[in-house]
Amino acid sequence: MLKLSRYVFYDIFQSKVVIGYTLFLFLISMSLFNMEENSSKAMLSLLNIVLIVVPLISLIFATIHYYNSYEFIELMLSQPMSRTKILLSEFNGVSVSLLTSFLVGVGIPVFMYSFNETGMAMLFAGSSLTMIFSSIAFFASVTSRDKARGIGAALLLWFYFALIYDGLVLMILFAFSDYPLEKLTLLLSSLNPVDLGRIFIMLKMDVSALMGYTGALYKGFFGSPLGIFYTIGVMLLWMLLPLGLAVRRFKRKDL
Amino acid sequence: MIRIEHLMKRFRKLQVLDDVSASFTKGQVISLIGPNGSGKTTLIKSILGMVKPDSGSIYFNDTAINEDYEYRRDIGYMPQIGRYPDNMKIGQLFKMLKHIRSKESKDLDNDLVEKFKLPAIYDKPMRTLSGGTRQKVSAALAFLFNPDVLILDEPTAGLDPLSSEILKEKIISEKNKKKLILISSHILSDLDDLTTHIMYLQEGKMKFLKPLKMLQDETGETRLGKAIARIMKNEQTKGEGRYDTPIKKTDKVLN
Repeated sequence: MLKLSRYVFYDIFQSKVVIGYTLFLFLISMSLFNMEENSSKAMLSLLNIVLIVVPLISLIFATIHYYNSYEFIELMLSQPMSRTKILLSEFNGVSVSLLTSFLVGVGIPVFMYSFNETGMAMLFAGSSLTMIFSSIAFFASVTSRDKARGIGAALLLWFYFALIYDGLVLMILFAFSDYPLEKLTLLLSSLNPVDLGRIFIMLKMDVSALMGYTGALYKGFFGSPLGIFYTIGVMLLWMLLPLGLAVRRFKRKDL
Repeated sequence: MIRIEHLMKRFRKLQVLDDVSASFTKGQVISLIGPNGSGKTTLIKSILGMVKPDSGSIYFNDTAINEDYEYRRDIGYMPQIGRYPDNMKIGQLFKMLKHIRSKESKDLDNDLVEKFKLPAIYDKPMRTLSGGTRQKVSAALAFLFNPDVLILDEPTAGLDPLSSEILKEKIISEKNKKKLILISSHILSDLDDLTTHIMYLQEGKMKFLKPLKMLQDETGETRLGKAIARIMKNEQTKGEGRYDTPIKKTDKVLN
């Protein structure tokens, strides 16, 4: 599998998109840290970029890569190679290169300017989101044969996780505001990795003091070791589930 | 060596393979013949595990091929339209496949690579190749690992007469080594001096699988092309009776 991943990796680095993405993240992070006097203010701005841009790029890049390597996959299928191995090698190649970009582009500036708990939480959330959204992208592209449909599905998923979901949660919160909703919101946040990442990082910041009773409850939960394990577990689940489904589909697919 | 039992495959409304059963053994050269869309390529892809049949089974050396992939070690496949990663150069492609299958790289058959003079164009990217050169690459790859079974889908389509002759000579020399060779082709004159058995498919059904000699005796033709033409003609005259009335009706409408 490593042999195959290496070729996928090599192919991705030739396309230079990943290098552009790294530079983009690096420039934005550096300029944010340099513009703001206070590094925690810069972290807040960076947080929004990480939560919006990282999932979007991961989704689009992984989807396009899958369709572009269709020929490669076809060639590998006529060789003595299991389908699971082929798809997982593709996934490894894509997710590892996106992860490297993120860790170089955002990781280096964070290490330089904000080397603390918040910074680490941000790097953890960003890395998890990269893996999760590459995995979701693979599921979307294995499901639809048509390239345009696959990319469309990926975009829709991004809209859902980044924008629509928050709206839905707000609606629920307004509709049931007479009831105690703390436990429910905790559950709801687990159903969207972007939200989970946001809460996970926010609670490490000073601004969490402004969030009142719910904030205190969250801090009590996510601050505890149990909460950290819970977050890691849910993130892992979000990564493995779509990938597992993608492999299952891929094994039955006609090519 | 390969046994196919009651193979069925349907793509949406189209029944591509309809209860195909056949058995191929060592030393045979099977010609797969049939009109366009009769299921030849689907049958080949089913044997390779690229298309998953709806029902029925395929045995390779008496083992069902369902989830296994190791058996593909012994198959050399030349696709109808070879599709390869665009950015890869010919040399890299060969190097990659040898690397991935490094266990078997001792016993390589570089005969076609040399005869097609491929090393001279090793640094050409795959996307710049003409259809014929692509076919040469596909052919050289199919023979490279010295497999026991060769599956060639339209091998001579797109090749110039000289290369086509080289390929035919190669097929004959492999036939003499008692390998099983499956060829699908529309250029029947190419098959004349190669084939030992004829398998005729029509609308997904296998019409017959018999030795060339028997076919020649039955039709009284020595050339394969003429023999098959006679059979197709017979099929049509048989069919005409069925379509007799509707055709006349449309005639009236037209007049």
